[in-house]
Amino acid sequence: MNAPPLRTPPPPSGYDVDRVREDFPILRTRVHGHPLVYLDNAATTQKPQSVIDALVRYYTEENANVHRGVYQLSALATERYEEAREAVRTYLHAQTSNEIVFLRGATEAINLVANSFGQAFVRAGDEIVLTEIEHHSNIVPWQMLCARSGARLRIIPVDETGEINLKQAAEIIGPKTRMVAFSHVSNALGTILPVAELTSLAHAQGAAVLIDGAQAASHIAVDVRRLACDFYVCSGHKMYGPTGIGVLYARERWLEDLPPWQGGGDMIETVHFDKTTYASAPAKFEAGTPNIAGACGLTAALRYLQTLGLSRIAHHEHDLLEYATARMRELEGVRIIGQSTHKAAVLSFVVEGVHPHDVGTLLDQDGIAVRAGHHCAMPTIERYRVPATVRASFGLYNTHEEVNRFIEALARVREMFLT
Amino acid sequence: MNPMLSLYQEIILDHNRHPRNFGHLDPCTHKAQGFNPLCGDKVLLTLNVGDEDKQILEIAFEGTGCAISVASASLMTEALRNLPVEDARGLIEAVHDLIVEGTVPELLEEERYARLKALAGVHEFPARVKCATLAWQTLRAALDRKTQEISSDPRF
Repeated sequence: MNAPPLRTPPPPSGYDVDRVREDFPILRTRVHGHPLVYLDNAATTQKPQSVIDALVRYYTEENANVHRGVYQLSALATERYEEAREAVRTYLHAQTSNEIVFLRGATEAINLVANSFGQAFVRAGDEIVLTEIEHHSNIVPWQMLCARSGARLRIIPVDETGEINLKQAAEIIGPKTRMVAFSHVSNALGTILPVAELTSLAHAQGAAVLIDGAQAASHIAVDVRRLACDFYVCSGHKMYGPTGIGVLYARERWLEDLPPWQGGGDMIETVHFDKTTYASAPAKFEAGTPNIAGACGLTAALRYLQTLGLSRIAHHEHDLLEYATARMRELEGVRIIGQSTHKAAVLSFVVEGVHPHDVGTLLDQDGIAVRAGHHCAMPTIERYRVPATVRASFGLYNTHEEVNRFIEALARVREMFLT
Repeated sequence: MNPMLSLYQEIILDHNRHPRNFGHLDPCTHKAQGFNPLCGDKVLLTLNVGDEDKQILEIAFEGTGCAISVASASLMTEALRNLPVEDARGLIEAVHDLIVEGTVPELLEEERYARLKALAGVHEFPARVKCATLAWQTLRAALDRKTQEISSDPRF
């Protein structure tokens, strides 16, 4: 399977972005006297009213601990929490809701796999394969595993446009490979990786696959069964949901074999000083009181995305990307970093003669929020021989008019610095 | 003044476009490397300090960074030439107060340091304070003869 096509057919009915914007109260904010133009969606997304309402409703009417009380309120909280698990299962197209583990975010999910899978299956001399364009959260946990186990990291390079070289990937993934971990969408460049091809290469060598879907899950329809990956991780706050709630999908075949990572309440069956037996998954991986409110908010976020429709969202965002890319190419001295064929709505760029941080500060004065820096992907940024980039990342509520304001402000930045 | 114009005063833009004393001294008596891990800004500072009079005879910097960090380093090298080390330490404190505390110390009212007041606008931009302080913190490390790389810290 190729990377999911972003050139989706026209939406069945018109996508009314003005109507969508009304769902997000923060978009009425003014910054330095200008209406906020929020273009940092790859860092975190804003929340629709329905998500905010779900959090308020939970704390106002439903708060109790889960899986414990015999009283009605606790049963209700448990129901809401497990409803969220079912909502995620449906959203990711997992087989059973046992395959869905709630954690703090994608970062914690990767750490869980690196620890648990690492302890069970990774030994000295084994290899963990990553790509050159991973977020630090999909690098550092594996480095730590390598330091503990004596395994070694191998890196699949990308070309100048930001695309993975599958021929080199096939040479690097080999019989020593235990795990191949890569992003679905690169946060720094927007590249949509050939996840199906990489998964096939890994499975052909008997290696497991973890896909970091933090940047993908609110922009592309995800079907973990079609992807055939072993693990898929994502973060609620990048999917229009609350912070502090994230998801690990672990294919059922792993649930028994992976040892628990953190110990505590909720993850046990029986505890005695001489012996403890563990609960089965997903409880085994959810020690302590979970983020119940976050789970309720995530349910609301997923429903929101499903109501709008992932294909309509992808279509709208791709339109914005194409428009912004074309307008940016008209600007002299602006170089776009990452120009892969399959690309999510992320525009990373540098302005000749102006440091990214100065660009960020100047755009902020016009109410435009972008990220400037290394985007928690230092190796990616080094690869393109720049100290940092500016990144504009688009979401379902951005408009063509906002792209215009962004491009016009960018033109003024260059004028101010170079004249 | 418009906060943007107070941050990016003409003198800052000019020093960014044409950094003074850019390069490195070899040999040198003092040297330090500054790094801001948050944004990747780097500055390498090399100095020649007189053996007897403890005066900064030569100073040069090189590295990469935003306009604020480059201009701050460039302005610093101009202010330091032929300055006794002890006076340089006093200047570090004064610039700290200017950028971090937002006050204008008396020292900076002196003619020879007046240009440094162009850095005052940074105080209104908390996210950019580290950019302006990096060179000065690196200077302190060089004068202290700290050999390892130091990280920018606004408390410097």
